[in-house]
Amino acid sequence: MSDREHASNDGMAVDHHFENADQQYQSAKLGMWVFLTTEILFFGGLFVAYAVYRGNHPEVFVFGHHFLDKNLGALNTVILICSSLTAAWAVRAAQLRQIGMLKLMILLTIVFAFGFMGVKAFEYNGKWKHGLLWAGQYDPHLEDHGETSHEVIGEESAEDAHIEIVTEETIVEAIEAQPAADPNRSTIEPAAEGPAGLAAPDLVAADETEVEIEPANAQTYFSIYFLMTGLHGIHVIGGIGAFAWLLLCARRGDFDGGHFTRVDMVALYWHLVDLIWIYLFLLLYLID
Amino acid sequence: MAEATSAPGGDELVDHTASNDNYLTHGKGILSWLFTLDHKRIGVMYLVAILSSFFLGGVFALVLRTELWTPGQTIMTADTYNKMFTLHGAVMIFLFIIPGIPATLGNFVLPLMLGAKDVALPRLNLASFWLWLVGATVAVASIVIGAVDTGWTFYTPYSTTTNTAVTAMTLGAFILGFSSIFTGLNFIVTIHKMRPEGMTWFRMPLFLWGIYSTAIIQVLATPVLGITLLLLVAERTLGVGIFDPALGGDPVLYQHFFWFYSHPAVYIMILPAMAIMSELISVFSGKHIFGYKFIAWSSIAIALLSFLVWGHHMFTSGQSGLMNMIFSALTFSVAIPSAVKVFNWLATMYKGSIRLAAPMLYALSFLFLFAIGGLTGLFLGSLSVDIHLHDTYFVVAHFHYVMFGGTVIAFLGGIHYWWPKMFGRMYSERWAQVSAFLIFVGFNLTFFTQFVMGSHGMPRRYYNYLERFTAYHQASTVGSFVLALGFFIMAGYLLHSLVAGEKAPANPWGGATLEWETTSPPAYYNFKNEMRAGDPYDLDALRWDPSIKGYVRKDPSSVLLSTGEES
Amino acid sequence: MSEHESSFVHVSSVKLLLIVWVALMVGTWFTVSASNIDLGFLNIWVGLAIATAKAVLVGLYYMHLRWDKPFNSFFFLGAFLFLFLFIGFAMMDSAHYQPDLIPGYSPGMGD
Repeated sequence: MSDREHASNDGMAVDHHFENADQQYQSAKLGMWVFLTTEILFFGGLFVAYAVYRGNHPEVFVFGHHFLDKNLGALNTVILICSSLTAAWAVRAAQLRQIGMLKLMILLTIVFAFGFMGVKAFEYNGKWKHGLLWAGQYDPHLEDHGETSHEVIGEESAEDAHIEIVTEETIVEAIEAQPAADPNRSTIEPAAEGPAGLAAPDLVAADETEVEIEPANAQTYFSIYFLMTGLHGIHVIGGIGAFAWLLLCARRGDFDGGHFTRVDMVALYWHLVDLIWIYLFLLLYLID
Repeated sequence: MAEATSAPGGDELVDHTASNDNYLTHGKGILSWLFTLDHKRIGVMYLVAILSSFFLGGVFALVLRTELWTPGQTIMTADTYNKMFTLHGAVMIFLFIIPGIPATLGNFVLPLMLGAKDVALPRLNLASFWLWLVGATVAVASIVIGAVDTGWTFYTPYSTTTNTAVTAMTLGAFILGFSSIFTGLNFIVTIHKMRPEGMTWFRMPLFLWGIYSTAIIQVLATPVLGITLLLLVAERTLGVGIFDPALGGDPVLYQHFFWFYSHPAVYIMILPAMAIMSELISVFSGKHIFGYKFIAWSSIAIALLSFLVWGHHMFTSGQSGLMNMIFSALTFSVAIPSAVKVFNWLATMYKGSIRLAAPMLYALSFLFLFAIGGLTGLFLGSLSVDIHLHDTYFVVAHFHYVMFGGTVIAFLGGIHYWWPKMFGRMYSERWAQVSAFLIFVGFNLTFFTQFVMGSHGMPRRYYNYLERFTAYHQASTVGSFVLALGFFIMAGYLLHSLVAGEKAPANPWGGATLEWETTSPPAYYNFKNEMRAGDPYDLDALRWDPSIKGYVRKDPSSVLLSTGEES
Repeated sequence: MSEHESSFVHVSSVKLLLIVWVALMVGTWFTVSASNIDLGFLNIWVGLAIATAKAVLVGLYYMHLRWDKPFNSFFFLGAFLFLFLFIGFAMMDSAHYQPDLIPGYSPGMGD
């Protein structure tokens, strides 16, 4: 951890209302940290929804996460960690006026970000094909998946995941056990038809006799999944835009004089995007 | 002839050529305003925008009060009525009172009080204003395309299923939320990084403590509103289903999300008002503020405690009994710092030499009206009592006493206090007194009757009502028109002052904070010299100078940063 | 603020950046492995602990908090208190729902 290298922000252009470059830089930094704080509270709302639903219906989350591929999630985590490295390196390059290195690091960060979005797109596509979407569009169908491997609960993965293998008989029992369907429970009309789940008999594919018991309201998991990863994805796209802008600035020579604040600020944002993903990966993919 | 006189110390202190070139005249044309980075211009533009919103919200209020003149239909259908009270609430809250004092007076005064040239992030400031314009446009557009009838609280599942323009209005509010966040962010950075020489935290004017505490809430709470509105839009457009019981969701969770922001939001509304109060009470009592540190710390305490009590809006919603009790108990705690402030203001007035100028009339109104509003909050915070009072007119009266009787009254006091500084003109004191009186009388007539009605069982947001409430409703409606008259007169004399008012001196009231050390109106660069802070409440450092009809410092060099002595 | 004060900003060395990167990769590997072992209710906490350790590394070194003014860290971390408050109270509330308080009122909620 070398302390020998230092950059100076003396000599940078200073806005008229600041007394010196340091005040300007520290103000920008504090401003960015306050903004990151707002992002924490913004995403935090979704973590609250996650915590409340998982706390009260853990079975929904245990069930739902089987449809996510841990390996793809881990790959995305690795991609973002690498992009954090390149972003932090970009800041170093800007501080030391290594413009070539700066441009390379910005470019790499953008490439990694695209990689992340690519993996996400692949995952989303898989979900969409099987109807595993948020509550309003939840319409799971297993029939046409003969070819895909990791998103199906086959015998092997079922054993790994300790899912109970059930027969037709238990499916029927499970449906009857659901309280909302019990006509004698209350005199109030049952709520509007919820989305049909995998346990409904007519959705069992002809060649599929092993199906996990789907808990009531399984679709909630996917609502939370799409909300959290979707909002995160929007922030990744925003980050790509910000880095692209930095690249333009670098090309224009804005950083030739050692004015690295802009790079520093965008990198801080990007690290937060990485941090949020670290928790999303854990909470959505690695449930057991 | 109004001569450009010089204060002792000559032209070093106050640049008297500024009357020819001040921030209002520096740079001409609408683009120089729309693209300005000058916090003073941004503050003035916000003032125009926000007062227009107040007018719009007020029109909705008058309309709905007219409808309530008789039970049943008076001038509109029930559906339209639902839209009227929703729009009154949404416009008043999101367009007027949340940006309110910080965006207008805060933006204008904060850098001046710091002896600074601008806020820390002027471009962000302008962005905040543009976001307000966009958000307000979207919100107003939603009114045109079908309006909203859910109440300003947008409770699910009605808000996710009704076919009114909920999506557009919530998107407008979402954008306005960012405007609020950026303002708060800017103020936090400015106060941390741009205080002048000599201004330690405990030598800041209390107005800044209030603005700072408000900014903390803005930054921490508003993002939660953002995600709440986003989830609402997702629920409506995509059917995401986390608030819809039919899809496995929980509508009470929506209320948790909504009130986690909206309770701290009411402190975004009241803290700046209290901030103004500290300035007004001190200056117009001619006395140093009493209990400076208590007032400063209670601002921070209010900001932090405000996050602990949101569930008191949800006592009858289906919230669990356990949380009901916890929130009720915590609610009592948040009353304490507010009470501390009121006592300190009263102590400031004690044995002071009170001047009943217009700003002070508003400050005194605030004390009376906010006390009523705050105390009735305790009624509502008591779980068992709230079960009976929830969703009645008692609640409506309570929040109008604190938001209107508190925030708006203090806002008016602040406008009257800083008006000479902002525009370089004095207004008619006589007409200001008339207006203040009408507003005070009209306000109490409108809203005190509502306390009585509410405790007798009149529900809120009701279009129709039992015959026995008619007299109360009619009194309330009459009061609202008296209020309107008061505001109409105010608009009259304030606008008149802009063209024909007496030219204002730098320090008409005798304040000791730094904004009074520059011209009225200020030059675009604020101060000619580097400023140094003294005690912001050392009123004895000033004396009245009849030749300029204003106050001057006995020792002008005490606020100047002497050059050449510091290294 | 004096105009003559020179201001220096810490520059991260390549070595530091890479060491942290390796630590983050190792942490990721740990997280995934831990999730494959059944630790019962501890799984989530172990996972959160590792994730938080990674977050601390990113925050301190990549985001420069180690060499920044302490207020930046204080403000950022302080926000989490409010988030935990929100999560905590919301969870406590839903955990104490009484769906059978009024019979027949919550047909979909009991189980």
